[in-house]
Amino acid sequence: MIRLEPRQQHSQAMIYLSPIIAIILTLISGLVIFSLFGKNPVTALYTFFVMPLTTVYSLTELLVKATPLILIGVGLSIGFRANVWNIGAEGQLTLGAIFGGGLAIWFHDSESIFLLPAMIIFGAVGGMLYGAIPAFLRTRYGVNEILTSLMLTYVATLLLSFLVTGPWRDPGGYNFPESRTFSEAGMMPIILEESRLHFGSILALFAVIGGWVLMGKSLIGFQLKVVGLAPSAAKHVGFIENKLIWFSLLVGGGLAGIAGVSEVAGPIGQLLPSVSPGYGFTAIIVAFLGRLHPVGVVFAGLVMALTYIGGETAQIEIGTPAAVTGLFQGILLFFLLASDVLTSYRVRFGKPQAARGGAS
Amino acid sequence: MQSENNTQSARVEKPLLSLQGITKAFPGTLANDNVGFDIGHGEIHALLGENGAGKSTLVKIIYGVLKADAGEVIWDGQAMTVAGPAAARQRGIGMVFQHFSLFEAMTVQENIGLAVTDEKDRKILRQSIIDVSHGYGLPLDPDRHVHTMSVGERQRIEIVRCLLANPKLLILDEPTSVLTPQEVARLFETLNKLSSEGCAILYISHKLHEVQELCEHATILRGGKVVGECNPKVETPRSMAELMIGDKLTPPERNKPDLSGAPTRLEVSNLSLPSDNPFGVDLDKVSFAVKGGEILGVAGIAGSGQVELMAALAGETVIADNDDCVRIDGNAVAAHGPGKRRHLGAVFVPEERNGHGAVPAMTLADNAFLTGFRRMNLIKNGLIQTEPTEAFANDIIQSFDVRTTGPAAEAGSLSGGNLQKFIVGREVRQEPGVMAINQPTWGVDAGAAAAIHQQLIDLSGRGAAVLVISQDLDEIFAVCDHICVMAEGHLSDVRPIGDVSVEEIGILMGGLHDQAASPATSQAEA
Repeated sequence: MIRLEPRQQHSQAMIYLSPIIAIILTLISGLVIFSLFGKNPVTALYTFFVMPLTTVYSLTELLVKATPLILIGVGLSIGFRANVWNIGAEGQLTLGAIFGGGLAIWFHDSESIFLLPAMIIFGAVGGMLYGAIPAFLRTRYGVNEILTSLMLTYVATLLLSFLVTGPWRDPGGYNFPESRTFSEAGMMPIILEESRLHFGSILALFAVIGGWVLMGKSLIGFQLKVVGLAPSAAKHVGFIENKLIWFSLLVGGGLAGIAGVSEVAGPIGQLLPSVSPGYGFTAIIVAFLGRLHPVGVVFAGLVMALTYIGGETAQIEIGTPAAVTGLFQGILLFFLLASDVLTSYRVRFGKPQAARGGAS
Repeated sequence: MQSENNTQSARVEKPLLSLQGITKAFPGTLANDNVGFDIGHGEIHALLGENGAGKSTLVKIIYGVLKADAGEVIWDGQAMTVAGPAAARQRGIGMVFQHFSLFEAMTVQENIGLAVTDEKDRKILRQSIIDVSHGYGLPLDPDRHVHTMSVGERQRIEIVRCLLANPKLLILDEPTSVLTPQEVARLFETLNKLSSEGCAILYISHKLHEVQELCEHATILRGGKVVGECNPKVETPRSMAELMIGDKLTPPERNKPDLSGAPTRLEVSNLSLPSDNPFGVDLDKVSFAVKGGEILGVAGIAGSGQVELMAALAGETVIADNDDCVRIDGNAVAAHGPGKRRHLGAVFVPEERNGHGAVPAMTLADNAFLTGFRRMNLIKNGLIQTEPTEAFANDIIQSFDVRTTGPAAEAGSLSGGNLQKFIVGREVRQEPGVMAINQPTWGVDAGAAAAIHQQLIDLSGRGAAVLVISQDLDEIFAVCDHICVMAEGHLSDVRPIGDVSVEEIGILMGGLHDQAASPATSQAEA
């Protein structure tokens, strides 16, 4: 029989080492998987994980992909600290894209410099409103936010689909299910010539700094941590759990909404039936890989962005299927959770009550 | 080693149970280190020791819940390997745990029946319960539902369940923490009767008066080792306590304060609070007042409403429609949360340290901040002030002799006594005007308990009103000026400590359950 036995002392170093171990194990699994595909594993891994880092353009592409992941990851890590399991960031991102993008479509001939700031605010509000639904249901009726936030994701996707095939369809778009393209004033400014790197990355940077100060230095960050670790202690000193649930879902939803705007007003430039390759779900992995710390989220966001870019590069260069990206993300999460379990528990073989020989 | 044990056991002809060189290690600790002693037939043997001394581990080894790494358990002259509690019961070992395993929604008979596998025994179960329970002075009605019974009555079910199996050895783990003094006396009669019939009893406790009264032999454990054996009848509680802690014990010093003219700082009037838990306790018109400089003790057996009272005082439970029923320095606060109460200078220490009074996974600095940030001004411009917070934590650690590596240590890494010293120190250091503390020294070693008592006394000496809720009467008599008793959500009148006897307190502790059963109540009240 195999048992898990709680460790008396948790290694502090392992908390930070376990993401690295997980990445190494993922790479080793990659070798095996590519061999099974009949590809040269070394070439394949090189194409997947190294080639994207060799040119300036692909490095900027990495940042473009990492931007929404970091924005959402920071927001989610705040809520996860308080045991608020918002896994519907994908839906909140979609609502952010609808709200911000809707504004851009409405004012499609505007040249106002206020259009983009207004779109960002609208996007944030859209995400927050969508986060408010699970918050209300949880605090008022005790409905589990995992279920509501996840299910609302599909509602959001269908809403976007309805809008771009119906009312918001581009009049001059030959009936393709997509909106008009946004005007110049409704687009994120490019911050590096000859690349797609846009202003959204600056927003992500602000989110990281803001998240860091919030969680490390502010009273509300402290309250979130206490509620997550010891709800009774939080109650004892008067930290109100419902307030913190609202806060978590509004911040998480708001940042996901901004990520949505930053995508449609950045690399995409219009509303499409699908505006995200699952950034909202991948950001859950990002939050945990980054140890629920805003700075860790930056590194984790870059790693996960690499799986997107690497997947595309590998498709083109060596003809692997597109699903490889999701495969690697899943393997990485699996190894991360496994090494976290082994950080808190040790594996024992044999019967629970069996005496251990050679006790100290 | 072997021969030593054998000569020792010559004292009793052939011991019923002989432990030899029992060693058991857990990750990080050696819970039992070469423990050996004997229990004779019909002997009442006390196992003494502070929390963490290894008593529970040892008992679990005897009862077969755990297996020793080394050493032998010799039962009736034969080495035995107990395969589990069921096998232990079959050999004649019964155990009453500190925490009962009863189903509240089922009757006495149904609960006892769960453990009976033999169909023949099942048929006569009802009569057996009545016979055994009355025969040993533990009357039980087989048809009563457990949730209607007091904690003391529930303990009877556990004991009767053991007695039905005709045990040769009965192990009792801290049995009196849930009993009134009268119930304790009744239990001791039962135990003496069992002993005279040849059933040995292993009695685990840290209440030394009781051990002295009941037991003729005691083994004292400290740090997993046997540090002494004694006859409690010829020792004093103090000498046994010093053996337990391995150090001299300084009892707290208390000068009787002059309370005339002192202002009332904490006032509770007609506090009624229905419990939201079907098996919880409703508070019913609780009223009392504590003056500055006074220490009021609230006695009562476990589960009489102390937790509910503490929650209502600390503001965890808010009474929205009756703001006046709790007043701090004259300010009505019952409809307000913990923040306002702490702002007004009241501090609170709940019974449970881990996860309620402190966050085990956070550092001591964070835990100091947890309740101290308002009164110690640890927030500036909305940001946590790291250095003053660490200084505050350091100050607590230094002033209250908390044994730890420093403010960066996780609260969960501290022993129970040290963490309690830190929590009490954290509140006392805020120089509160009102302090309410539930079970100040529960599971705390005697040395730390004395230090905590002294802190409470000193705090009241500086003009604070202190409320001590405790199930330990010795503690209340040692530190308090006045005493009242909580029973089933009711609070008795407040009496000066010098004016009441332990017997009177005991009658009050029994509440309604006892009044029905014992005629002594009406006599005492007449």
